[in-house]
Amino acid sequence: MEPSQSPDSHPFQTPRAAFWGGMREAIGVPMLVMGGSFVGFGSMLRDADWSVWQSLYSTLSTWALPGQIAMVEMAHTGAPLTAIVLAVGFINARLLPLVASLLPHMRRPQTSAWKYYAASMLIAATSWVGTMKRLADLRQDQRLSYLCGYGLLLYASSPFATVIGFYLAGQVPQPITLALVFLNPLYFMLLFLFDLHKPAKVLSLVFGAVLGPALYLVAPNWSLIITGLVGGTVAWWLGRTKLFKRGEPS
Amino acid sequence: MTEASIYSPLLIITLAAAATYASRALGTLLSGKITVDSAMIDWITCVTYALLAGLVARMIWMPIGALTATPDWMRFTAAATGLIVFGLTRKSVGFGVLAGSAVMIALSAQL
Repeated sequence: MEPSQSPDSHPFQTPRAAFWGGMREAIGVPMLVMGGSFVGFGSMLRDADWSVWQSLYSTLSTWALPGQIAMVEMAHTGAPLTAIVLAVGFINARLLPLVASLLPHMRRPQTSAWKYYAASMLIAATSWVGTMKRLADLRQDQRLSYLCGYGLLLYASSPFATVIGFYLAGQVPQPITLALVFLNPLYFMLLFLFDLHKPAKVLSLVFGAVLGPALYLVAPNWSLIITGLVGGTVAWWLGRTKLFKRGEPS
Repeated sequence: MTEASIYSPLLIITLAAAATYASRALGTLLSGKITVDSAMIDWITCVTYALLAGLVARMIWMPIGALTATPDWMRFTAAATGLIVFGLTRKSVGFGVLAGSAVMIALSAQL
């Protein structure tokens, strides 16, 4: 938060350099992972009979993959519009704490408010992690630039990945198409298991994985919303009780 | 399986995008002004986790589209392989995904 190091310990001299630096540092693993999952998304849309323009529009307007995937899945299984929008809203509500926790580090009195609202579009899990771990090295006036460079590179590469996935799905042999469509369920399953320190998270996953398919058989249209609200709330509540509080890092 | 959605995809996408940006805008508005209640954030996280776990389980067990042509055991085997490799490689999501995808390709090539 505070620029405590000597000036020459900063990796960038100017905000402009921080912008390009952010772009450079997003190339590599962050871009590959993000690109891979958007390739999977593109394939999934082709498979669900959406158009390439619709897939592009979704990627550029939403740019938060888990919600986009839920949207396609639910639309395909005939869920009502209200249920779809609610589910997407809930899934992407995780962006609220991400944005609210990152932006205070880059606020400056002379920066106009709209810039923060624009930059918030570039905040997703990947760019949040990438920027957060660099904050301490950056001067206050470079942080927003760094975030914009980092986020913009990822944002700008997603439509390409989406289109590539969309067209690959039809062109490559069927087994590869199946693997592409299967990419995101696989990716998100493992991503969840990556960070399981809090008991409430583990319980949420267990309840969700059981309730999701089970409720689908009973009430297909609203099953995901009910799964999230019931499974998540019970897990959250149990996580706060004494039983699970013990030994939890706060 | 029901028919594909009766709503225009454009409408769905637009509303989904609006619902998503609402969180980003609200996060921007709240940033630095008030401390976001951590119990509230924990609750949102739990709801998201449960919802997405339900979605992922459904996508593996009751898929849509081309994957409906694959038998359950094939998807389960691919997912299990991903899990095992993820465990063996000290939680490498990349290797897990690659291994699961490779198994899906190898098994479905026999169909």
